[in-house]
Amino acid sequence: MHLEIVTPEKSLYSGEVELIQLPGKNGSFEILNKHAAIVSSLEKGKIKVKEIAGETIFFEINGGVVECKNNVISVLADS
Amino acid sequence: MANLKEIRTRISSVQKTKQVTAAMKMVSAAKLKKAQDAIVQIRPYADKLHEILSNLTGSLSNSDDNLYGVQRKPSKVLLVAITSNKGLCGAFNSNVIKQVNQLAENTYREQNQKGTLSILAIGKQAYAILKKSHNVIGEQNRIFDDLNYANVSEIASSIMDAFVAGEYDRVDLVYNQFKNAGVQVLVSEQFLPIEQEKETEMVHSEYIFEPNQEDILRDLIPKSLKTQFYKAMLDSFASEHGARMTAMHKATDNASDLIQDLNLTYNKARQAAITNEILEIVSGANALAQ
Repeated sequence: MHLEIVTPEKSLYSGEVELIQLPGKNGSFEILNKHAAIVSSLEKGKIKVKEIAGETIFFEINGGVVECKNNVISVLADS
Repeated sequence: MANLKEIRTRISSVQKTKQVTAAMKMVSAAKLKKAQDAIVQIRPYADKLHEILSNLTGSLSNSDDNLYGVQRKPSKVLLVAITSNKGLCGAFNSNVIKQVNQLAENTYREQNQKGTLSILAIGKQAYAILKKSHNVIGEQNRIFDDLNYANVSEIASSIMDAFVAGEYDRVDLVYNQFKNAGVQVLVSEQFLPIEQEKETEMVHSEYIFEPNQEDILRDLIPKSLKTQFYKAMLDSFASEHGARMTAMHKATDNASDLIQDLNLTYNKARQAAITNEILEIVSGANALAQ
């Protein structure tokens, strides 16, 4: 599945990933391959991304929103 | 024919002007690059946000609790005119000012006559001209010193708060949209209330919403408005530098033409002077010989 993390000022990440963990308003949750379409608001916290290649990356965000549709995930982060 | 010294001074003055305009062109080109990068960065964010938002509002039937979407009869209108602080950029600023005047005379004629049409000027150019003829409520000139998301969202928030408080029933933005370095498109778009988009597709209702639709919406709408405002500012900023670059390029070209013309005149005058001198000497020598 394809992941994109963007902020108003720049694009943080774009690539194929296996797993993504997000700090949702109702607690942390994960999105795996072929997840159902979802829109969720996010809180301040850490995003954990596990790439197809096996690397794990972390991003700090101050809040935002995530949308997942047709195996494409877009994270709109506030810086 | 003008005397030699006069032409020489003119040539050197035009040359200096040419140097200045060429330098300004280079500066604008560098600034344009930066401004353009900023636009490229915001676009994916803005587009995605807009998409999510229209999906949300499309599948949400009762948007009564949407503070920013309240449709009221537009009796109190605010126009936000985005221009630049500095001039020398062709028709960039005057286009915006013209458009504001046109809106005031046509679309918002009624409000203008009643005195309920207010203008927020961003950039000194609009402020200086519009304050003479309209009710300008404020100026935001220092924003261009440091144009970033945080600063711009502050202005956007204050406008949004004023709308919610009922100080304005409609807010429009007038600015130059950036197409490329040579082309700016003047646009006037509705900022508030948010225009409801007709979404007929039912696909969007398939979304899972966390925590729920209303909460997300309440989160997203201010965000989207701020982004829209920020995007307008960036567009205008890049357009300004694009316009200035084009204007300065033309000025440099014109200066080159002028220098060429002047050089020609100068050489002609110089030759005429030499011919005159020779004539005098020859006729003097002839007079002596006789």
